[in-house]
Order: sequence, then structure tokens, then C-alpha cells
Amino acid sequence: MIELDIAIKDKHYANSDAVVLKDIEFTVKPGEFTAIIGPSGSGKTTLLNMLSGLEDATGQKLLCNSKALNDCKEYQLGYVFQQPRLMPWLTVNENIQLVLLTPQEEKIETLLAQVGLAGKGNYYPKQLSGGMQRRVAIARAFAVNPELILLDEPFNSLDAPTAAKLRLLLVNLCKNCDSTVVFVTHDLSEAINLADRIIFMSNSPSSIIHQVNVDLPKPRKESGSTELAWQAKLMSQYPKILSGSINTD
Amino acid sequence: MLIIIASAWQSIAWFVNSADFPSLFIVLESFIYHFFQGDMLANLAVTLTRVLISFTIAMILGVFIGILMGTSERLNQLTDTLLIIALNIPALVTILLCYIWFGLVESAAITAVVINKIPTVVVMIREGARVVDEDLLNVAKVYKLSLSKTFFKVFLPQLYPYIMASARAGLSLIWKIVLVVELLGRSDGVGFALNTLFQFFDIAGILAYTFAFISIVLVIENLIFRPLDKLIARGVHHDRT
Repeated sequence: MIELDIAIKDKHYANSDAVVLKDIEFTVKPGEFTAIIGPSGSGKTTLLNMLSGLEDATGQKLLCNSKALNDCKEYQLGYVFQQPRLMPWLTVNENIQLVLLTPQEEKIETLLAQVGLAGKGNYYPKQLSGGMQRRVAIARAFAVNPELILLDEPFNSLDAPTAAKLRLLLVNLCKNCDSTVVFVTHDLSEAINLADRIIFMSNSPSSIIHQVNVDLPKPRKESGSTELAWQAKLMSQYPKILSGSINTD
Repeated sequence: MLIIIASAWQSIAWFVNSADFPSLFIVLESFIYHFFQGDMLANLAVTLTRVLISFTIAMILGVFIGILMGTSERLNQLTDTLLIIALNIPALVTILLCYIWFGLVESAAITAVVINKIPTVVVMIREGARVVDEDLLNVAKVYKLSLSKTFFKVFLPQLYPYIMASARAGLSLIWKIVLVVELLGRSDGVGFALNTLFQFFDIAGILAYTFAFISIVLVIENLIFRPLDKLIARGVHHDRT
């Protein structure tokens, strides 16, 4: 299992001086489900892109099992982007097969059944609804047996029942794969529903303003009373935490 | 549509009633004569081979250069002026220069056609390569796809519409240039035949050759390009179920 140890001193884009991330330090224990919450534009996606190697991370400390993250190429990474990002010219089956090294029809079939898309393997992405496309993207991410899985607001702009269904699905898939998860969202109840730990980020230039363990028993309920009480307590303690501030005034 | 064109032609021919504007029947007669007794088949075969060879070479090189220029801004800036020049050199100039430098040989003919065609392919493919979806390429990067898989399954499919467009435009351009090349420096092919017919003022013969030509183009369009279009459009134009 993968353990992350992250310390980003300051990150700015190649062609600008504006600092996007500042003094971001956190660890993710093996198999832990960490949610990152921050206002939009707070560099959450940039953070995930740095973890996945898409964004330059020179000079920063990104360790995975005490080795530099970008050096340990052997670990399997799954990334569910904000948009499904499926290849429109490939069928659902081919899209999942794309990320696998050997043909594994049975595995793809099982995965599709798990995400509730049994029999849709020969459809093209455009023939599926937005929610279905997201499920394919999730199936693709789990097809590689990811040890680390990054999710970037994967349930954004979905209707509530679909999102709830997909959250349940995600929990089950993570359990099967023993994956370490970093999950970016701006929805606090979603984070409480899923995460072992929540990291709160400030506005740009972003830094971590608060970290909290969600000490509630699993499986958790969608807007269950204990979950709601937990959320209410946090919000009364830090009323402005979702807009990126822990000041109480 | 073909019937309308044919009947219009026939009526004009009747109306004009001149040897310079032969009726459809005379052209058909001439076509049958050239097809069965003349060298039409051999000439068409020779021209088609030239078209095919120069088309293939021009497409491969053009796509290759277009991708390089579309993906590397530095290379694009370096070669952009050259491309503009290449685009605007008259076809006749390249043909004449090729014949002068390489002699009246087959390779000179092919080279001249290829040089004429490449810039237009490059221009179109470059536009395609410029707007390639970075997000999809990032998927390939995150899932550590091999280079060939990334190229053939993620990158190249995004260029297919551009490649198709330049193939279509390219074929029609190459037809025309090949004929000029043949007219100027080859002793076979449709261009050569047309030149001979011109010297005899055989208008029906010229039209008969044109007729044969158009038929081939229509066959290619229906047998090759349309099915390819469908294949490329798979997954792109589907409606949601």
C-alpha cells in the first residue's frame, strides 16, 4: 500500500510569478481516504496534477513510501478527472482496455457490472449519459488496480441520487483494491460521507488551514443524523472554513 | 443530378450545332472507340499509378511534417515562411524545374507532383495538431501508455478528420497536376493523350477522356472515401440513447 508524504513550499506556474500553492504539508497513511476541500480556484486540481506527475513538481518534496513520487514508477496510479475524459472514438470496452497492458475481457466485464454498466461495453461514450460516462471513467481508473487513486470532484454537476449511488460504488471499489485515496471536492457532506480525514485549504495562494479526522463509524449514511451532527459541530467551530478561512470573526 | 447535366449538355449541343461542341452521343461514341480500340485503358492505368504513388508519398510526408509543425511552436516559427513560399510557388514552375534538374524521367514527374501537394497537406494537418485535446493526452500520460499506443489511439484519431479533408482536397489537386506533368514531359498517360487529341483538335476525344476521369473519381469517392468517413465518424456523431 502507498503512503504519501507531501511538502510543497511554493508552487507557481512556469510562465507566471503568482504563487498557487504555499506551505502545503500533509501525509496520507497507507489505505487512507483523504478528502481535500477548498474554495474554487484554490489550486486543488494543481495539487492532484502534481501528485500525478502532470504538473511540474521540481524542488518540492513529494514522497511515496519514502521514495520520490516521480521516481517510483512501478506503483499503479488511477486518476478520475473532473470530466470523464474518455476517447470518443473508442467504445467503453476499448476505453478501459486502453489503459491495460494485456487484453482482459473478463476483468472489464466484471468492472462494468460493478459500476452498473453491464452490457454497455460496445457503446461509444457519446451514446451514454454524463453519469454513465463518469462511471466508465471510474471503472477505467480501477481497472489498473490502483495503489493510489486521485479523484478530482468526480461527482460534480450530477444529480443527488446519482452522486449518492456513485459514492457508494467508490467506497466499495476502494475497499476491494486497498487503494490510498486523495479526493478533491468542495462539498463538505460528501467529504464527511467518504473520508477518513479532511484537509481544508485556503484561498489562493493556498495553504492548509485545518486538518481533521472524521471519527465516525463506517459505513456512513447520506445525510445521516450522526454525520449531520458532526458537520454542524465543525461548522459552528469554524463558520468560514468552506470559504477558506478559520477566523471566527 | 447526372441526368440533368447530361440532358442540358445535349440540348446545348443541339442548339449550338457546331463541331466545337459535340453532342453526348458523339462523345460516347468516341469514348467507346478510345476505350476498346485506343490506349485509353493503358493511359488511365499509367496516370492512376502516378496519382497513387505521389498521393501516398505526399500524404505521408505532409502528415509527418504537419504534426511536427503543429506540436512544436519553435519548429513552426522556423519553417512557417518556408511553408508560405512552398504554398505559393506555381505548380508549373516546380514541374519545369524538376524536369530541367532531373531530366524527363518518371521520378522527376512524381517529385514535381509531391512537392506541389505537400504544403497543402501540411497546412491542414498543422491546424489539426494545434488543437489536439491536451486533456486526453494527459489521460495517456497518467496511465503510462506506451508511446505507440498514445500516438495511434489517442493522438492520431484526433487528426483523422483533418487527414480526410486533406486527402480529398489532395486527390483532386494531384489529378490536375499529374496531367500537366504528363503533358509537359511524359510520353504516356492521360495528360499525354489529351495533348495528342488537342493537336488533332479531337474535341469529342478530349471530352471522352474527361468522362472516363470523372467516372473514376466518383468510384473512388464512393468506394473509398465515404466508407472511410463512416469509420472515422464512429463514436463522434452518435446520439444519446
